[in-house]
Amino acid sequence: MKALVWHGTGDIRCDSAPDPKIEDARDAIIKVTSCAICGSDLHLFDHFIPGMESGDIMGHETMGEVVEVGAGSRAALKIGQRVIIPFTIICGQCEQCKRGNFSVCETTNRKKKLADVAFGHSGAGLFGYTHLTGGYSGGQAEYLRVPFADATHIKVPEGIEDEKLLFLSDIFPTGWQAAVQCDIQPTDTVAIWGCGPVGQMAICSAILMGAKRVFAIDRVPERLAMAKAGGAETIDFAEVNVVEALNEATKGKGPEKCTDAVGLEAHATSSIDAIYDRAKQAMMLESDRAHVLREMIYVCRPAGVLSVPGVYGGLIDKVPFGALMNKGLTIRTGQTHVNRWSDDLLRRIEEGQIDPSFVITHTVGLDQGPEMYKTFRDKQDGCIKVVLKPGEMAA
Amino acid sequence: MSGAPTKSAAIAGRSYSKHDALARGLGYFSIGLGLAELVAPRLLSRATGVKDSEHIIRAFGVREVATGLAILASHDPTPWIWGRVGGDLIDIATAASALDGKNPKRENVALTLLALAATTAADIACAIGLTAQKQIATDAVADYSKRSGFPRAPRFMRGAARDLEVPTDMRIPELLRPYDEGTPKPKGRALGAKGLRP
Repeated sequence: MKALVWHGTGDIRCDSAPDPKIEDARDAIIKVTSCAICGSDLHLFDHFIPGMESGDIMGHETMGEVVEVGAGSRAALKIGQRVIIPFTIICGQCEQCKRGNFSVCETTNRKKKLADVAFGHSGAGLFGYTHLTGGYSGGQAEYLRVPFADATHIKVPEGIEDEKLLFLSDIFPTGWQAAVQCDIQPTDTVAIWGCGPVGQMAICSAILMGAKRVFAIDRVPERLAMAKAGGAETIDFAEVNVVEALNEATKGKGPEKCTDAVGLEAHATSSIDAIYDRAKQAMMLESDRAHVLREMIYVCRPAGVLSVPGVYGGLIDKVPFGALMNKGLTIRTGQTHVNRWSDDLLRRIEEGQIDPSFVITHTVGLDQGPEMYKTFRDKQDGCIKVVLKPGEMAA
Repeated sequence: MSGAPTKSAAIAGRSYSKHDALARGLGYFSIGLGLAELVAPRLLSRATGVKDSEHIIRAFGVREVATGLAILASHDPTPWIWGRVGGDLIDIATAASALDGKNPKRENVALTLLALAATTAADIACAIGLTAQKQIATDAVADYSKRSGFPRAPRFMRGAARDLEVPTDMRIPELLRPYDEGTPKPKGRALGAKGLRP
């Protein structure tokens, strides 16, 4: 089969790879009909998260059709079933899964010892996301082996196009959980850093949950335009001081709820801490650039909530923890518990409350994926979200 | 809702173009040359027969190392490669000034100029390639001002999902909810005026 394979920093290729096989009774194989490049894939593309090995298959936003099922999953899945594959691999049986904390499933990371060393304790196995999370092959491929498939899937009906459903695999529930974690009240002002795909989903979610005002912070004009169309008031951080703008808009009190939809590769302009982060990162003295986190802690209203769906991979520096403590801020983070939200979000899509496909700007064959990684990372050609179609490759 | 067609000039099926590879090579070359200029300026000065030029060579070394680091560290090395082209022109002008007939090492200077010309050609080719790659992909700013994902204007959708019951593990504490004089006091304050702790 063809798959997008990581070869090193900034080097992803569309290679031939062995077809996946059933390795365990709970496995299933799906034929991928649509997959997407996630903003967090860019952290791997740029190699800011350790644990990638040359030859790893990328991708964790995938949907398709079941073509083979192991004996242990036959009660849950049938051949021909249309499914979305959540990016988190879940067993559905451990204590964390039973609590609904699917992203920290205790069973599915087959390289748990690595993650225990890096993070203290391991979270769930993830598709196509380093050997720290299991080293599982990802879904930017023609076929995908789904471990623990009896639990790791979302059944979806026929008659709704892939584009409307695909993002149930990650970015829609991620933006949704970011807003849920804020426990938005009708009086709340919500500030969201980053207007990439997750940021856009977080904006929509905050509006749907009834936030009084939503501020969206970015510097890319087309992303800000999309955020504005979704009901946000926009702040271009290249033009204005974000802290001053948010304080001015909230009578000096700051927003009650702040969301970091940026993560470890924050791009700030003309800020001292951003230059400091760049220098430390270049010297390998710091893995993550925490400008957004610092800004959120500083501007958030006392007793407010910080929600962090943006991905961090390792170590950050100069975090104003004194401000965080003295203002009594609550911080909620984590990979997304996708299956916790999928039924509700599927219903909202079916009812027409929201159509997540609005973020798609590029749809191409899988073979054009490597070029699109670069286009997406460099924010060229108005790129906000790329969908890849393995069935539409050039012959 | 498929968008614009792919227009990247990268090698088909790969994210890493030949211009990217050349830029990275030039980055390493720049650092190597810069370090040589910083470590052995006197040697280079003697080889070209230009007296008292150590401080200039050291300054060039600092420039080369800084540019090389910038090329390797940045997502988009294009401006730094163009910067190298500018540096090449300065180097050529400096070397050319040492080509007078009194310089006993003018043959070495001629060789230096030849090497500089080759380096400049590589820098220009790389810069033009990277610029063209970028240009193809940034023809116009896309207009997404009507893409909201909502069936109606956002003002009509505000609060449409208030039916959501926020799970207890993600709720904010009662005492941090919006302050309202009319709101019944939460149980934690039922200690009463006397019982309220400082």
